[in-house]
Amino acid sequence: MAEIRTLDETLPVQGTGRVGTAWWGMVCLIATEALLFAFFIFAFLYLGTQSAGDWPPGGPPALRLALPNTILLLASSVVLQWGLGGVESRRRGRWLGGLIATIVMGTAFVAVQALEWSNKPFGMGSNAYGSAYFSLTGLHMAHVAAGLIALTVILVWSLLGRFSPERHEHVSLAALYWHFVDVVWLTVFTTVYLVPRFT
Amino acid sequence: MRKGAPLLCAAALPLGGCASRPLDYLEGYSQASRPLVALAWGFSLISLAVCLIIAALVTAALMRRRSPEEGEALAVRRDGGGMRWIYVGVGVSVPVLLAMTVWSIATVRAVAAPPRKPRLTVEVTGAQWFWDVTYADPEIPAGRFGSANEIVIPTHEPVRLVLRSRDVIHSFWVPKLGGKMDMIPGQTNIHWIEADTPGVYRGQCAEFCGLQHARMAFTVTAVPLDVWQRWRRLQLSGALRRPLDSAAAATGQNVFLQRCAACHSVRGTGSGGNLGPDLSGLGARPTLAAGTLPNTPANLAYWIGHTQDVKPGSRMPEVQLRADEQAALVAYLEAL
Amino acid sequence: MATAAERVSSSEREKLEAIWETAPGLLGTLGTVDHKVIGIRYIVTAFVFLLMGGVEALVMRVQLAQPNMHVLSPEQYNQLFSMHGVTMIFLYALPVLSGFSNYLWPLMLGSRDMAFPRLNALSYWIFLFSGLFIYASFAIGAAPNDGWFNYVPYASAEYNPGPNIDFYALGIIFVGISTTVGSANFVVTLLRTRAPGMSVNRLPIIVWGTMTGSVANLLAVPAVTLACAMLWLDRNYGTQFFDVKGGGQPLLWQHLFWNFGHPWVYVLVLPAMGIVSDALPTFCRRPLVGYTPVAIATVTTMVVGFGVWVHHMFATGIPVLALSFFSAASFIIAIPSAIAVFAWIATIWTGRPVWKVPLLYFAGFIVVFVIGGVSGVMTASVSLDWQLTDTYFVAAHLHYVLLGINVFPVLGGLHYWFPKMTGRMPDERLGRIGFWIIFVGFNLAFFPMHVSGLFGMPRRIYTYPAELGVGGLNLATSIGAFLFAGGILVYLTALLRGYRNGAPAGPNPWDAPTLEWSVPSPPPAYNFAIIPQIASRHPLWEDRLEDVEDRSRLDRGFLLDRGRETLGVTPLDAEPDVILKMPGDSLLPFLLALALSILFVALLVTALWVAAVAAALLLAILIAWLHPVERPLEERLRVDG
Repeated sequence: MAEIRTLDETLPVQGTGRVGTAWWGMVCLIATEALLFAFFIFAFLYLGTQSAGDWPPGGPPALRLALPNTILLLASSVVLQWGLGGVESRRRGRWLGGLIATIVMGTAFVAVQALEWSNKPFGMGSNAYGSAYFSLTGLHMAHVAAGLIALTVILVWSLLGRFSPERHEHVSLAALYWHFVDVVWLTVFTTVYLVPRFT
Repeated sequence: MRKGAPLLCAAALPLGGCASRPLDYLEGYSQASRPLVALAWGFSLISLAVCLIIAALVTAALMRRRSPEEGEALAVRRDGGGMRWIYVGVGVSVPVLLAMTVWSIATVRAVAAPPRKPRLTVEVTGAQWFWDVTYADPEIPAGRFGSANEIVIPTHEPVRLVLRSRDVIHSFWVPKLGGKMDMIPGQTNIHWIEADTPGVYRGQCAEFCGLQHARMAFTVTAVPLDVWQRWRRLQLSGALRRPLDSAAAATGQNVFLQRCAACHSVRGTGSGGNLGPDLSGLGARPTLAAGTLPNTPANLAYWIGHTQDVKPGSRMPEVQLRADEQAALVAYLEAL
Repeated sequence: MATAAERVSSSEREKLEAIWETAPGLLGTLGTVDHKVIGIRYIVTAFVFLLMGGVEALVMRVQLAQPNMHVLSPEQYNQLFSMHGVTMIFLYALPVLSGFSNYLWPLMLGSRDMAFPRLNALSYWIFLFSGLFIYASFAIGAAPNDGWFNYVPYASAEYNPGPNIDFYALGIIFVGISTTVGSANFVVTLLRTRAPGMSVNRLPIIVWGTMTGSVANLLAVPAVTLACAMLWLDRNYGTQFFDVKGGGQPLLWQHLFWNFGHPWVYVLVLPAMGIVSDALPTFCRRPLVGYTPVAIATVTTMVVGFGVWVHHMFATGIPVLALSFFSAASFIIAIPSAIAVFAWIATIWTGRPVWKVPLLYFAGFIVVFVIGGVSGVMTASVSLDWQLTDTYFVAAHLHYVLLGINVFPVLGGLHYWFPKMTGRMPDERLGRIGFWIIFVGFNLAFFPMHVSGLFGMPRRIYTYPAELGVGGLNLATSIGAFLFAGGILVYLTALLRGYRNGAPAGPNPWDAPTLEWSVPSPPPAYNFAIIPQIASRHPLWEDRLEDVEDRSRLDRGFLLDRGRETLGVTPLDAEPDVILKMPGDSLLPFLLALALSILFVALLVTALWVAAVAAALLLAILIAWLHPVERPLEERLRVDG
């Protein structure tokens, strides 16, 4: 029988980022969710261009709450990315601080949007615009909520010491997802709040 | 007064419309359909030729005699010349496809719009499971009149069709006179139709619309222009097409107003029911229940009393009438 | 050449077997992550749905055999034609190809498993449960009844108040999750888990086909998920996406649906074309002619396939200029198909045919493919489509392409890989009889539909009057359908006979070239005792093809036996760069699928509290699934052989 020889080569186990498989899986998830939003934006614009009357029926939605909220969400991505540096350099305070701040900012985003929703004079069933407005922003809010749940679970795992500079794939991928949710919001915000002002 | 029926019957001899296959579009009777006939035949023959050539090639490839193999019968070899097949095959296919594309584009330009501005507009609205028809005269607003399940048009005149739907998506299709166009609620689609030969042409709903999609047909009756104009005047006058003695007509009309007018209307009676088809001119129509039954008094009586038997799921309830009521109603409706 | 397994010591093989084999009992049955078991489950379940969809068709064909028959009421007919379409297109055609790919990919790629084994199991369980969910509608007499593409407004609550369309909307979203999850698995598996040297230009064409289809799924399934979600909201929560009274647009449904639906039909056929491209060469004793053009044609077809969806909407009133772009694209898409057809013909012509059952299916497939293709070209013309659309001509086209380009390769492929899966040869004589009955029955059933379509017979009618003049054609179709069904039974009997007492099959009974034929039949749980190193497209034919210089090393490779391990490689050139630890049997996928089923049933009856509980359950399972696991950072690779 052949000898079992040892090759003078070590390979990483499981890998991080592009070398592993989890990153690619997250990219697939992001790709398919991105298309979901792309089709929703197409639907929103289709309903708008085909509508007989004004679109939106009551004029473009106000930016009073939505614009600061957008800035808040974008800032949360910056904060999370800053906190990620804490995992990579074993600075626990920076990491936990960044993570908790992101969760707080994300929760605030949801709360402000809920407030904005409650002030709307139309409902989901009022007309096609109302259906599209609440569903599109609502779909995004659901993604934010899922991200917040994921970040909270990761907070618990972090407190239990499950991550290290060498092994923190969950953290990297959750951050990737969070940034994705942010980029989606930029496109949704542009479509729903900005485009009607110019057309 | 009596002119309507014999006019239509005589003029609408089924010269072209009611051939052995009423929905077959391998023959056409209008400028909107003849280019499509050529395309259908042409593309079918090209396609058939391609299929036969490929089948022959596959068969030859399998069966052709090969030199006896030296050594192992199942030897693996890579003989050359394979790529040439792809070059030649694609090289022949592309020009054929290109030619078909050009022919197709030329045809769509020929049939998409009428050759001249139509002088007649007919509004057709699809409903589950009948066709509401309104003739509009752009010059005489008061010249609008309604009908259902039958469209009467003059020959050699392009007719503008305004297609709508009351409920779900239907599709307007008279194969021998042109292609189909959907009727979509909330949307108005403009289509056109034209017949150059007198006849009765069958139309059929061509988009699945529910339980009785199978039995949502209609007829297009094409007659010479002068005949059509006389027919139109008769419709606008509201007079009975066939005489009944006044008592019978009055009884029949009363039964209609009491039992049918909630859903149906007949021009000149003041009835306004619009849930079901307009029954004006019913007697001259070739068919009943949107192309389901030939229009005879016996069939009409059967339909009224047994709608769920003829068209299960139809929105019209089965109307139970006494024998004398039924006879009067049928006589009245057939005289319209 | 000796199989790799023979060069490795038996104690080493036993160790690998102990590491990889499925656990006994319920844990193993419900928790296996073995891609071979999952693949066979997919194929068997898909075939069950094929038979159910077939019975639905046969009942319809009895009703349509002659004019004015009263075997079925309109409602019954409408439910049957709708479920026939949904079953065949969602519950048979994709899952059966997923089954083939699941079974074959690791064996063809030189890997021990798919990239995400538990996700693999999940995609199967969701497929099964979503199929059961949709079929539960039959049990209450409320199956979907608006066709497989379910146009609004007929699908709205106003015209369809029962639960029929809710089963449809939620069921399609449900099965879409299986598709998405499975597609992600295929994409990552292809990019990362292959044997060293299995570069992209050496991949079997079925891998190209499934890979292309999987990327397409990730991009296209969201459209139908969105459409169904909007429909469900319209029906149950008063939204107005499609309701004209509120400014909604019925055509929005069609745009969203066909943006999914058209790429989907290419997903249903490209992997099957890959089956033919990989298996036909075995029976022609030569490699496929034009590997590179065929691979490129596969990708090109899919890419162009994203740009033709409006050809399903030519009669909706969209301006002719816009229609013309989609028409041109629909003509162009025939060109890559032509490349593949001539590649196959060239392979046969320049090869030496081996008259076995798979060859019959693959040769018949080429003819049927072309018939389906040319009828498709006819419908690509806008003006001609204004006559052809919504007639039986389209029904003829779609059956020729779906049966011809999916079912024929599946039947041939199953016969071909049967020995690998079961270790036994299928019954060749019965298989041949089955092929001829299927081929004749299929053409007798569906060719006349072209003619009845040209004669004006519309689609989706539960009956037709005698004066349409299509009674004879319909009778021929009905007879052909029953003949075809009989042929399927003969085909299945041939497999069953082979399973029971067919001749035992060695590793490579057909003397085929690709990697899966280098392992025993059936393969051990660990697939490869040592991960081979690949040097060409035809590892097992290298010593006979004079023009191949490099040699694959099947007898010397990486051992990877410290637990469930396989090798990860760079995406294009397949150089090893990571050792991947694979999960073992787990009940989590089954439980997750169960929780999803509870969620969907709760949504069906709009019991939102139950849905919330199910969502919480999902979260708990996901946390258990994804929690961080301790692992060493690096490992030394060991070579054996």
